[in-house]
Amino acid sequence: MKVLALKFRKKPTYRVRLLRDRFSLHRIGSIVWTIVRAVIISGICFTILYPTLLRISVTFMQERDLFDFTVRYIPRNFTFDNIALVWRAMRMPESLYNTFRLSMLTSSLQLLSCTIIGYGFARFNFKGRGLLFTLVLITLVVPPQTIMIPLFLHFRFFDIFGLSSLWGGRGVNLLDSYWPFVLMSVTGLGLRNGLYIFIMRQFFRGMPKELEEAAYVDGAGLFKTFHTIMLPSAVPAMVTVFLFSFVWQWTDSFYAPLFLRDLSVLSNALSGLTERIAHLYYGHLGSLPQLSPAVGSMFNNVGSLIIIVPIIFIYVFAQRHFIQSVERAGIVG
Amino acid sequence: MRRSANKRKMTLMQRKALMGYLFVMPFIIGFLTFFVYPLINSFIFSINRIELIEGGYRLIPILFANYYYALFVHPNFTRMLIESIQHMGQSIPSVVIFSLFAANILNQKFRGRFVARSIFFLPVILTSGIILAVERNDMLQNMVSIMADPESGIGGGLAQMGLGFRAVLMQSGLPQQLVLFVVAAIDQIYGIIVASGVQILVFLAGLQTIPPSLYEASNIEGATGWDNFWKITFPMISPLILVNTLYSVIDNFTHPDNQAMQLIRETSFIRIDYGLSATFAWIYFVAIFIILAIVMWIVSKAVFYQE
Repeated sequence: MKVLALKFRKKPTYRVRLLRDRFSLHRIGSIVWTIVRAVIISGICFTILYPTLLRISVTFMQERDLFDFTVRYIPRNFTFDNIALVWRAMRMPESLYNTFRLSMLTSSLQLLSCTIIGYGFARFNFKGRGLLFTLVLITLVVPPQTIMIPLFLHFRFFDIFGLSSLWGGRGVNLLDSYWPFVLMSVTGLGLRNGLYIFIMRQFFRGMPKELEEAAYVDGAGLFKTFHTIMLPSAVPAMVTVFLFSFVWQWTDSFYAPLFLRDLSVLSNALSGLTERIAHLYYGHLGSLPQLSPAVGSMFNNVGSLIIIVPIIFIYVFAQRHFIQSVERAGIVG
Repeated sequence: MRRSANKRKMTLMQRKALMGYLFVMPFIIGFLTFFVYPLINSFIFSINRIELIEGGYRLIPILFANYYYALFVHPNFTRMLIESIQHMGQSIPSVVIFSLFAANILNQKFRGRFVARSIFFLPVILTSGIILAVERNDMLQNMVSIMADPESGIGGGLAQMGLGFRAVLMQSGLPQQLVLFVVAAIDQIYGIIVASGVQILVFLAGLQTIPPSLYEASNIEGATGWDNFWKITFPMISPLILVNTLYSVIDNFTHPDNQAMQLIRETSFIRIDYGLSATFAWIYFVAIFIILAIVMWIVSKAVFYQE
């Protein structure tokens, strides 16, 4: 009672309204809305979580549970065999290690380059800034498929400004290495880097100019100001960019199959998973082994789950910063 | 005295401009080497036939024969192009509307909001790239729709409800186009939810920049939530509708449902016809660009800038 009284003393207008509206249409409406909203939100949440829940349930099922219609979601014949099989077929410790290294490398480099470029666009006045920024947006709008083949050949016969052809060489083959990813990340042209540049620019633009001016007056140089004043305050936006870039590299199905053939990464391993399992474990049955669709699908779901689990952990850790950066309106300034 | 002060100020400005170029320099280099150069090459490829020879490739100029082939001879390309664009036209309004709706809900105060937000953003990271591609063609994941015949339990009940709702809509006398749009949106509700993660983020961030005093003032004047949405929220957030439309279009390019993109990929890596693949890509790109320009022009007329 006392608590309530305090609450009312704080907001007298609310109290008046509450008394007036206790049984009014408005109040009933708001209760109905609360219920409807709860239903909508839980419905959407369920829709989003459903595939993951299904994956978890399928992972521990045996093949015959799939065809048994009395089994729904809870496996009757609990097993770890699927995980073991998929683990081997995806060349697991190796793929995981490669993917982790690749994602770590590209996302750190992208974070670095996009922060620097974004800061350049946000805080310096130079000729052609507007035009250059439009070009950043254009890199986003052009479908990557347009430049896919030339890019592929570019890295197949890599040759800066025709230097090596001067000595009669035909360029270096950079495929099946991290170099294509590194070069494109450093120059802010990796997967959706335009978006990251945009996010960083908006964030820096939203920060008060006085901060930097104070630093300049105190005699700090440009770089010192950048890394002691601007960077620490940009952490939420940087976490967002890092999260996006790490995760999208982790599941990348565009550049990874383009540049990597023998070097095994998770996304490639998953896309070829059913063929590989069929080949490895059912190959002795016939010349062209094929898994039945349900079983193939089961393995695909197990593989997806294996890929997803590390991302979920990262999300759980980064999420506080991530949502905070949304709440502080970091993304649109 | 005065001149020298002026001069020093100029040099400071110039130095800052120079530093600006320095900061942006990585992008300029990357743009030239990994964007302009491949883009020009891609156009050159599209007007050539490409033969792979030992240690490289050779171009045989054939002018616009590839374009002619793609547009008038190839059995599927024009159809796929039109279908891809139709699909885009269907999914993008749904995604933008849904994400605006979801952002509005997530912006309200309720218990468990933090959890709800975390789950709503989950598709941004979970359903991306290869996971999405695998999921789209996956039998068990699509089982719900297969099993949704009236006899089988929960799925059946939902499907029946959906059918009933559909019949009501059909008989409601609303314009047929609108009804078809809504029905298609309901059919693809999962795809729409999954595709709207980033857009919800952007809208939510935008909603939080609207000063609460605006709502307070309008509530005192007796406005309802509906009024508030159309008179305050919508105008304030309209620039972001532009941003989100753009983002949705971009997102659509890499979506595994996009037939035209699949064809481009197939042509280059299974049929190894780089020239034709580049041609497809260019036609698609130009078509999208024109549509995008028109949409941007229309939407930007409706956008309200608070300046």
